Amino acid sequence: MPLEKISQVSGNAVYVPGDDIDTDRIIPARFMKCVTFDGLGEYLFYDMKFNEDGSKKNHPLNDTKFANSSIMLTGANFGCGSSREHAPQSLYRAGFRAIIAGNFAEIFFGNSINLGMPCVSVSDETRNLISASIEQDPKCEVVVDILNRVIRVGDSSYPHELREGARDSLLNGSWDPLDELLQANQGIEDIHKNLAYI
Amino acid sequence: MSKLNLFEKVWKAHSVGQLQNGQTQLFVGRHLIHEVTSPQAFGMLREQNLPVRYPERTFATVDHIVPTNETQEPYSDPLADAMIKELRKNCKDFDVTFFDVDTGKQGIVHVVGPEQGLTQPGMTIACGDSHTSTHGAFGAIAFGIGTSQVRDLLATQTMALGKLKVRRIEVNGKLNPGIFAKDVILHIIKVLGVNGGTGYAYEYAGDVFDSFSMEERMTACNMSIEGGARAGYVNPDEKTFEYLKGKPYSPKNENWDEVVSKWASFASDEGCHYDDIVKIDASEIGPTVTWGINPSQAIGINETIPNPSLVDPKEKASIEEAIEYMKITPGAPIKGTPIDVAFIGSCTNGRISDLEEVASQIHGHKVKEGIKAIVVPGSQVVSKIAEEKGLDKIFTDAGFEWRYAGCSMCLAMNPDKLIGDQLCASSSNRNFKGRQGSPTGRTMLMSPTMVAAAAITGVISDSREVFSS
Repeated sequence: MPLEKISQVSGNAVYVPGDDIDTDRIIPARFMKCVTFDGLGEYLFYDMKFNEDGSKKNHPLNDTKFANSSIMLTGANFGCGSSREHAPQSLYRAGFRAIIAGNFAEIFFGNSINLGMPCVSVSDETRNLISASIEQDPKCEVVVDILNRVIRVGDSSYPHELREGARDSLLNGSWDPLDELLQANQGIEDIHKNLAYI
Repeated sequence: MSKLNLFEKVWKAHSVGQLQNGQTQLFVGRHLIHEVTSPQAFGMLREQNLPVRYPERTFATVDHIVPTNETQEPYSDPLADAMIKELRKNCKDFDVTFFDVDTGKQGIVHVVGPEQGLTQPGMTIACGDSHTSTHGAFGAIAFGIGTSQVRDLLATQTMALGKLKVRRIEVNGKLNPGIFAKDVILHIIKVLGVNGGTGYAYEYAGDVFDSFSMEERMTACNMSIEGGARAGYVNPDEKTFEYLKGKPYSPKNENWDEVVSKWASFASDEGCHYDDIVKIDASEIGPTVTWGINPSQAIGINETIPNPSLVDPKEKASIEEAIEYMKITPGAPIKGTPIDVAFIGSCTNGRISDLEEVASQIHGHKVKEGIKAIVVPGSQVVSKIAEEKGLDKIFTDAGFEWRYAGCSMCLAMNPDKLIGDQLCASSSNRNFKGRQGSPTGRTMLMSPTMVAAAAITGVISDSREVFSS
């Protein structure tokens, strides 16, 4: 099945400040007791959003102004910690289609690209400018333009970084590699037979 | 012939080809799975009507959700019960070997792989768990992966991956008495930062790693990901080969010399290229404890908690956030901080040598009244050896609870959880907010011996002082 070619993502954005936001914070381990990813969107940032008695904390994702956001802006080393795909799955299933951060932890980045959810990196200065814009006007449209390597907010345009391989796979609709992996049938069999171990 | 490092040799031996996007299609010779990150992958196979390509290359165990105080099924947590049943069904349907709870081989996947001899030099190994880097201790290249990649491996035994750079980290000189592998890796993470390893595999080397046992090497490799490095390894040597001899899945003895020479050939060549080299002096490393909410926020036992007003403005916000969450005082000594819970276990420090070391220290000591102290062996094999040696009795006599094998309170997906803002002295690998099962629970990471010292005194202590007599 051909995949969507993702050349840009546009929508409202929400700023979740903080560096080193780990996967346990994105989705606490107790919500991983499941055999499908369905419904994980509900638990996104759960302990950041709710007190133990279930009342709401002061968190950008609880702010109705940002309720329809599909782009998240955040700090450096986003998604550090565990390899759980539950983390990008919960973001995706909560409606997010792109993440802008200072930079990303390696496994989280790969897991997100595999879902077709671009993760682009920006400088601290750009992050501050974009967060100021969305704070001022939560309904402003933010465009993560993969093709032109920029983020557009109103009349402003800021550069972003995205690893070439990931960029290519989004642009040409090969972000889920399974079909391409399956094609290398003989090459796989050759290595399987040649390896000294089973 | 050009000189290559181990990473490059293993990568080359397993490369199927280059993908359109420039990544490598990498053959993964050994795939380990567990109950949390595999069910969705099997679901995707069923949806697409795909078989498991080489079921003999995948091994399963159950670790994250297993209770450590009951063995009877159904488990009291219906979600946990559904997960173990699902894994059982998937392994049966797809013909995958499963080290189930009744096999005597179950345990934390990163403890089970090495002790079964499934982890060998020169392999590529992957598992849907970030601490898969543990297996690098044997000179394998081992990656933590997401569930979509678990699917890719089941369906094709390959995955798409960009080649990593290699940083050699040499720890030279001699460790001071009472300093453990856990202190070494916490020190490395403190020096290089939680994202210092992004884009790298770490090659650990130098006098200290040469002298480390296999289990100490595993402790260090285990936490590579806490420094941002997706893989970490130690070059294979005589200790590696000796450890593997006679293990259930190791090659058989008749062609042992041939196997060993093949394994040895994967070691980095003298004078090969590294993208970066970092040198650390072993004598600088003391007993190390984390005070904050990521593993790089660590200090020596005799140091004080950082004062946010005295640090680089860039770090100020994260230090303030950590101090507020941890409810500790800037500038105060870490030593003497009261604890509520002590946890010895996990894929970092739940092996037999960890338990032996602690047991050898705690004779004549008792866990402080009011402290909950639990010991969770990393696997059923570890449990059995420990019980044969009478270690369980030493622990229970001292006031520790002796549990069944599993991940337990490292990430609290089973009933072992902190309550409220309890502070846990923990031999695990992550001190993230809420990591140990309570959204306000607090974790301080340290070696198992330091955990035992804290359990006995009720406060964060220098184990060299507690166990000096």
